[in-house]
Amino acid sequence: MKRKQLDKFTIFMFLLPALLLFVGILVAPLISSAYNSFFNWKGFGNKTYLGWKNYKDLFGQEVQFSKAIWHSLILAGLSVFIQLPLSLLLALLLGRGIKGERFFLSVNFLPVLISTVVIGQLWRKIYDPEGLLNALLRTTKILGPDQKNILWLAEKTVDGKSLLLYACFIPMLWQYVGYHMLLMYAGVKSVDPSLREAAKIDGATDWQVDRFVVIPSMKQIIKVSVIFAVTGSLKAYDLIAVLADVRTEAAAVPSTVLMNRMSLYNQYGMGSAVSVILILLCFFFAILIGAIFKERD
Amino acid sequence: MAMTKSRKNDVSAYQVRKTNKALDVIIWIFLFLWAVINLFPLYWMFTFSLKDNEQILTTNRFGLPKKWFWSNYSRAMNTGNILNYFKNSIIITLFAILITILAAMMASYAITRIQWRGSETMNKVFMLGITIPIQAAIIPVYLVLSKLELLDSYIALIVPYAAFSLTMAILICTGFMTQLPKDLDEAAYIDGCGRTKVFFTIIAPLMKPAVATTSIYTFLQCWNELMFAQTFNTKKDIMTLPAGIQQLTGSYTIEWGPIGAALSIATFPTIIIYILLSRRIQESFIAGAIKG
Repeated sequence: MKRKQLDKFTIFMFLLPALLLFVGILVAPLISSAYNSFFNWKGFGNKTYLGWKNYKDLFGQEVQFSKAIWHSLILAGLSVFIQLPLSLLLALLLGRGIKGERFFLSVNFLPVLISTVVIGQLWRKIYDPEGLLNALLRTTKILGPDQKNILWLAEKTVDGKSLLLYACFIPMLWQYVGYHMLLMYAGVKSVDPSLREAAKIDGATDWQVDRFVVIPSMKQIIKVSVIFAVTGSLKAYDLIAVLADVRTEAAAVPSTVLMNRMSLYNQYGMGSAVSVILILLCFFFAILIGAIFKERD
Repeated sequence: MAMTKSRKNDVSAYQVRKTNKALDVIIWIFLFLWAVINLFPLYWMFTFSLKDNEQILTTNRFGLPKKWFWSNYSRAMNTGNILNYFKNSIIITLFAILITILAAMMASYAITRIQWRGSETMNKVFMLGITIPIQAAIIPVYLVLSKLELLDSYIALIVPYAAFSLTMAILICTGFMTQLPKDLDEAAYIDGCGRTKVFFTIIAPLMKPAVATTSIYTFLQCWNELMFAQTFNTKKDIMTLPAGIQQLTGSYTIEWGPIGAALSIATFPTIIIYILLSRRIQESFIAGAIKG
């Protein structure tokens, strides 16, 4: 009996630090965000109850939150249909046991580890009007001597077409190819080598082995990658903050709207509404993708 | 084995191998080009950190520096405040790792080594943390920190970083702890040790591999984080590297060299750790994704 009592106390004490962090920084803020999203609040003084007004205003003329969501969905689409296939191709090729397998794997994963701020600053220099990209276009004569330098990161250009959004997307997609490649490579490597052997003895080419043996057994990992790619796109922030700015309209995403409302306008209620929508979208897509993969079984 | 059949096999095997040779070269060129694309920005960063604007922008864009401008580094350190950001990043990351590991190991011990109803549920609750993004917490945490007058302090980042690294740390630690044999604890209990003593003297010392994996994961998380960093700590003397570098561009738009030096200083710890521990880093990312 005494031992039981004592155990309860020990269990509690052992869980306490983790619970404090978990409840204090993750759970309580989540609930408080949901609550605050129904109020007009500047962070001090009285809160006034607004009902759904914050949510309605988000989608109104001034904030243009729907545009931000649309941008992040474009990014998600590019990520799933361009980035992931590239990652899969790299994983399959390396998984065959090509010469220099370890080297290529490690080099391709490297950008994942570099701070996004550093990567953003580097790409700022690449996109600079005097930077590498324009210089490259000049030396290859794609950009003639009478043409002006292209302003890749301009919020508004003379003819109204801003390249900013896609200029931000390219490094974002590039940076995480290696991440998905690594996950998929682990999946490729977990395929029983004797299966691969057997298929090859039956006369299958490498591509056929990949298509009919390896990929079907990687379904779980591909699902994880798709979920990460989509929710990651919804949450995207760092590179846009560096390459554009949190005030950007041409490259607005949900997180820049959140930071904009929070730090520039002190609209904590509306910022909270952005958080809530962001979480719901992430949940929705994670469940949807899970369901799609289940259906395919 | 029949003679005719084996000869037939030989022929087809020969043909397959022949087409593969050409294809192998193409594949290798593709992999090589992609590796260059991945390495080039870093190569470019390290080289332009040692050049002056004239070389960077006109005479020597891609090559190694013709004249080496080490002064870029001292300028980044002196006027760019980089060493200070570096120190802040180290302190914050280090304490975040310590807290994360202590909290995660203790929680994992309670979940995996002590039998009680609800331990499974407790674990699942912690795992829900993976789905909570930083964006969900930023406003409430900011407001609480400002009320407690803790903005612009080390604690303002250490505690949130530890909390957001916790789920992954528990995942790694419980995974490792369940694999330790139960007899270890049993023998110690018979010898009269209490739970706490067993944890600190027997279990914790055996957790070194899990501690290493968790530390690496947490390090990368905290070292590179921007959103919390630029919101909670806005005073220059308390900023971390990502936040500091983010606002560097404003003050240095004309001179590229010192910016390159600042970026290089921020990046080299990561690169050194990766060179030393590439396999373990890759494994920790795989473990995190697949179990999560």
